[in-house]
Amino acid sequence: MSFEAFLIVSAVLFCIGLYGALARRNVLAVLMSIELMFNAVNVSLVAMSKYLTPAALQDDISTVLTGQVFAVFIITVAAAEIALGLGIVFAMYRTNESVDLTEATLMRH
Amino acid sequence: MVSQAVIWSIFLLPLASFVLIALVVRPLLNRYSMISGFITIGALGTALGFSIWTLRSVALHHDLTFEPVKWLSVGNATIDMGLLVDPLTAVMLVVVTGVSLLVQIYSLGYMQGDPSFSRYYAYMSLFTASMLGLVLASNIVQLYVFWELVGVSSYLLIGFWHERPAAAAAAKKAFIITRIGDVGFLIAILYLFGRADDFAAIGLNAFHIPDIWQAAQPQAALGAVLGGAALTWLALGIFAGAMGKSGQFPLHAWLPDAMEGPTPVSALIHAATMVAAGVFLVARFFPVFEHSADAMTVVALVGAFTAIFAASMGLVMNDIKRVMAYSTVSQLGYMIAALGLGLYAPAIFHLVTHAAFKALLFLGAGSVNHATGTFDMRYMGGLRRHMPITYILVVVAGLALVGIVPLAGFWSKDEILLGAWNGTGLVDTWVNRVTFSALLAGVIVTAFYTVRMIILTFHGDFRGGIEKELEEKAQAAPAGAAGHGGVHLHESPFVMVLPMALLGIAAVTLGYLANPQWDEQLGIPKHWITGFLADGLGAARGLGGHSETLDFSFGMAVVSTVAALSGIGLAIGIYLKRRDQRAEPLEKLGSVYTLLSNKYYIDTLYEDVAVRKWFFRVIAGTLDWIDRNLVDGTVDLIGWFFRNIGTAIGRFQTGQVQAYATGIAFGVLAIILALLLA
Repeated sequence: MSFEAFLIVSAVLFCIGLYGALARRNVLAVLMSIELMFNAVNVSLVAMSKYLTPAALQDDISTVLTGQVFAVFIITVAAAEIALGLGIVFAMYRTNESVDLTEATLMRH
Repeated sequence: MVSQAVIWSIFLLPLASFVLIALVVRPLLNRYSMISGFITIGALGTALGFSIWTLRSVALHHDLTFEPVKWLSVGNATIDMGLLVDPLTAVMLVVVTGVSLLVQIYSLGYMQGDPSFSRYYAYMSLFTASMLGLVLASNIVQLYVFWELVGVSSYLLIGFWHERPAAAAAAKKAFIITRIGDVGFLIAILYLFGRADDFAAIGLNAFHIPDIWQAAQPQAALGAVLGGAALTWLALGIFAGAMGKSGQFPLHAWLPDAMEGPTPVSALIHAATMVAAGVFLVARFFPVFEHSADAMTVVALVGAFTAIFAASMGLVMNDIKRVMAYSTVSQLGYMIAALGLGLYAPAIFHLVTHAAFKALLFLGAGSVNHATGTFDMRYMGGLRRHMPITYILVVVAGLALVGIVPLAGFWSKDEILLGAWNGTGLVDTWVNRVTFSALLAGVIVTAFYTVRMIILTFHGDFRGGIEKELEEKAQAAPAGAAGHGGVHLHESPFVMVLPMALLGIAAVTLGYLANPQWDEQLGIPKHWITGFLADGLGAARGLGGHSETLDFSFGMAVVSTVAALSGIGLAIGIYLKRRDQRAEPLEKLGSVYTLLSNKYYIDTLYEDVAVRKWFFRVIAGTLDWIDRNLVDGTVDLIGWFFRNIGTAIGRFQTGQVQAYATGIAFGVLAIILALLLA
């Protein structure tokens, strides 16, 4: 498989995620779309780490795995973010009786 | 020999008195306000002693120079503060402290019972301190500071009874009109500031007065820094300031109105000292003026014209203080004209004698007011029998003003007339001739109005005083006249008569300071004061030795005495035996009388045409239009723009998180595209 294929998959994933985040009204769907965007980034990071690291540096294990390490960090952070996000969704549901994002406009004032 | 500390304390003592009264006596001890009078009198008494000591030192040693203190420096221009003590300063110090002391003593009686007694003495101390600072200043900027301070004190004192609208208006008028002249003075200072580099190049300080003298000397080895048209304009700028302060035409209109202030204030400020500051200023910069024949011509002609012009208005005034005010303007015209002709020493000598006899005349007017409650001579008359001492003193002062031998005014006025006749070669001969004629005609007019004033006030029968005046005019008693209201014909108390008597002695004897006749009399050498002052001027020019003085001329004495006697005779003939004491014989002059009693319509011209029509309508109207339309319009437009742009941008704030996120996403996309395409 070529490097471009990975990037195309990553870009398609990102765009689907972005569309979902911007267009879906359900907060849970939005959170899931954001997850998609995270993973699109992870795919491209790992692919870049694999294909773009200069040959001279490939002996050093730490440089070879840079992208992978980033990806692991992002997964961790994403997990934490989802926990936080779900907490907000519960709070929102308690006050609004709804998980519709378009109704959550209190921050306007 | 007098030390620097003593000279500084001449200025600092009245200042301390002001601070003490304003900060301690007035807020804390106002019930015992008499204290402020004694503080002022004590401070001025000491200052007078120190001034006499200084005068003696200057007379014996001549060269009192003191190192100035550095005040501030801007680029090459350094502004110092220091003392300039030359014969002119020394003489002025004694005049200012002397007259001021006597006036303060007089005020103890005159102002007694006034609710603002302490405030009065605080202002008077402030004025005296400012005037002394003005006289002592060695730096033109320092001089300007005190110049404005005397203006402020004058404003405060004219408007002392500020609850009277006339007094408040007169104070404003005085302040504004003198300020017009001061602009010229300020421009002259700014010109010197602009030339500071040229001064510094040859080691002079552009603000140090002796350095300015030196820079104007054409024969100076350094090459004249000031010369030609620039020197003329510089001199005229300084003269503009002097015109405002000394009430010279066309800036004379404030001085007669200034009579709204308390009478001792008029005696001190508007007769003896502050109005003489203009004369002092021209004398101070005389070594600059004398190198410009054009400037000297202007000075001489303005002075000569004012001398006769103001005197003519004095002929018809009914208010005793206004007669004296016009007389003061006229006598200041004599001094200015004398300076313009180059008669430095006679002008200052006349200033000294005038300070004595004019202050006495004003104090006499105050004394009369104390008895009758009014200043209007139509309601006086016959006071000679009730107030003999005041009568005698006013007659002495009046004759000194007219210039009758052997009183003080005779000697000083004679020196001016003689000098004007002989000429000094500084101006063209025609200027000498015109000035001399105007001044000699002025003597006749002066004699006439002085005698008219004395006869209307002191002779004939008493015509009712303030009670009659109020009855006829059907008006409420002026608030400031409280305490002086009511007619009680009697001689004034001792504290008022004593200073008048001392000034009377001065008005008789001061003339002998010039000692025109004898080689050595009572320790005063021949031509002492004029020689003393002329030597000071010589030193200022950088010349040593003794300067020439004018010799007494019998011919001129006869001419001026005949002129004075003819004026006196005319006035006696018209007024003393007039049948109807309430009639004004000069009214028979018809249109001339109307013109004079309307002050040549100059006040009308200033107030109606210059202020209302020109200033209010044209200038203020234009500025108002610009303010309303251009300035306000711009501000409103800016406000309108931001209010509306705010509304427009506010529409974007929907509270929809996804809308914001869309904005961010497409914003980032746009930035990336821009980076890729660039």
